[in-house]
Amino acid sequence: MAYDKFDILTSSVVPMPIENVDTDQIIPARFLKAVERKGFGDNLFRDWRYNSDDSPKEDFVLNNPVYSGKILAGGKNFGCGSSREHAAWAVYDYGFRCVVSSFFADIFSNNCLNIGVLPVTVSPEFLDHLYTEIEKDPATQVEVNLNTQKITMLSSGLQETFAINTYKKNNLLNGYDDIDYLMAMKDEIEEFATTRPF
Amino acid sequence: MTKALTLFDKVWDSHVVRRIEDGPDILFIDRHFIHEVTSPVAFLNMDKRGMSVIYPERTFATADHNTPTIDQHLPVKDPLSAMQLQALESNSAKNGISHWGLGHKKNGIVHVVGPENGITLPSMTIVCGDSHTSTHGAFGAIAFGIGTSEVEMVLASQCIMQTKPKKMRIEINGQLSESVVPKDVILYVISKISASGGTGHFVEYAGEVFENMSMEGRMTVCNMSIEMGARGGIIAPDNKAIEYLKGREYAPKGEAWDKLETYWATLRTDEGAEYDIVHTFDAADIEPMITYGTNPGLGIGISKAIPSPTDVMDGQASYEKSLVYMGFNVGEQMVGKHVDYVFMGSCTNGRIEDFRQFAKVVKGKQKADNVTAWLVPGSQKVEAKIREEGILDILTEAGFKLRQPGCSACLAMNDDKVPAGKYAVSTSNRNFEGRQGPGARTMLASPLVAAAAAVTGVVTDPRELIN
Repeated sequence: MAYDKFDILTSSVVPMPIENVDTDQIIPARFLKAVERKGFGDNLFRDWRYNSDDSPKEDFVLNNPVYSGKILAGGKNFGCGSSREHAAWAVYDYGFRCVVSSFFADIFSNNCLNIGVLPVTVSPEFLDHLYTEIEKDPATQVEVNLNTQKITMLSSGLQETFAINTYKKNNLLNGYDDIDYLMAMKDEIEEFATTRPF
Repeated sequence: MTKALTLFDKVWDSHVVRRIEDGPDILFIDRHFIHEVTSPVAFLNMDKRGMSVIYPERTFATADHNTPTIDQHLPVKDPLSAMQLQALESNSAKNGISHWGLGHKKNGIVHVVGPENGITLPSMTIVCGDSHTSTHGAFGAIAFGIGTSEVEMVLASQCIMQTKPKKMRIEINGQLSESVVPKDVILYVISKISASGGTGHFVEYAGEVFENMSMEGRMTVCNMSIEMGARGGIIAPDNKAIEYLKGREYAPKGEAWDKLETYWATLRTDEGAEYDIVHTFDAADIEPMITYGTNPGLGIGISKAIPSPTDVMDGQASYEKSLVYMGFNVGEQMVGKHVDYVFMGSCTNGRIEDFRQFAKVVKGKQKADNVTAWLVPGSQKVEAKIREEGILDILTEAGFKLRQPGCSACLAMNDDKVPAGKYAVSTSNRNFEGRQGPGARTMLASPLVAAAAAVTGVVTDPRELIN
């Protein structure tokens, strides 16, 4: 098993209604110098979260004790820019297991799936509703059910179905990763390699 | 009749080892580039699982992201960077991978050294743990950036799992105006379709503008495909692409090459092939571009004023946040804005043609006193060419110094950081908050616009200096 299994997650949500959140914001390049995967959560959203003297910026959502949870809800085009998987590691290491947005950048979304963080794409209307409900009650709970592919606002009952391909869904439900699959088809790959002209 | 296919379909489909029903394709990867920042954890995990590199000859390592751009002969001062460079070297040595470290005559930015050594070829699949891998699409390859888990997959199995992206065609016909260069073309496209307009798609660039463009220019364009969210960009491999690669060190020779040339000639989009989205633009509408906000979609023609929120595709709150960060207001002209730093280089604009453009503008002029200029060649070979062609003399006479190759201030992992609040005109690819250093304010532009800023100290239309 390569990472945590994902089945049903019920949690409050940290709202971040900002568009085009790029991976340089999620984890700035100067924190990519590790040769091991640990400690990235401390620098999640580093420059939005801390002043240059390392004191917390009080108006940033992660520093507001009112908001907490295992789900992060970001604006449109979340995770754009650099392919650094460190961004997904930072999200995971901080404690998030699911990111909700109306639109994800491709590489970030792949990176999340590859480490066991579930990206859930919802309609802009659902996302707006989610932000409104959190504004009313920051402790409001959201249920993400991977098996049924449903996301539900428990306060209002509003529900949406989200898309994920069957292969990735099974991986997440069971905690398998792609390497296991690829290593099992080594002979087929080796045969294919002999047909390449270079 | 067989189904009409796009260039992208032809290359993609020829690499599918297996299709998983309601899942991704298993795609064979011909070439894999690695660098010091996104590969160490992949090797670490492989060690933990007891796996080895399946085809070491298909992977190439170069040090570029965190390397210093001065005194490269001395030990790297930053201990964390030094450790990453050491990891790249030892992982490469242990696994039999070619490694071009600091000072090696083939060292340079991964997306510059791939094509210049003939490792990149048409019809290949190419990946690297770097989103600007899209650069290699200029040669008719399918090339895109991947995460570290995927780097591990490629090292271990030479394959990757990917859902086939949708297809977008961007066609630009007509003639580009004076002083409008490839960087302007791509900044224009991104400004029209936004920083997320290409998400989920692979772009084919077509039309007279790209046909007439040099290989360096095509690389600049394909490089920034990711800045509109696209997985990559591709251009049909014509004679220009073939001539560029022919005879380069790693390119096949003799009969093998001739056979490939015949195959590459078939890599054209068939008549009637379908795309999910088609965008068409007119070359005459493009002028020298500059960005004013904090994503690459927030760019305008240099003669224009900063638009109001109703005229951009970003949401109002995000747009206002962006202008506050930049210290700009709606309605202000870009020309005349103060400039503190100029960065000339990166995988977008660090090639010989880019330095020729820069030199054309600064020749016979002097660097402005208020500007700190970082001129960073994309590779050792580019640096050698700059000397050979006499460009270094022009730069030196104008008061500029040339640094050593690397990614440098594009992502500011090394010491080349723009200080907080300062303004930089940069030939790189991202103007995100803090990209060039915490608090740094970046305006993306072409080498011509960067050069004009470097000699005047303010944002300047290069057409005024050239004509």
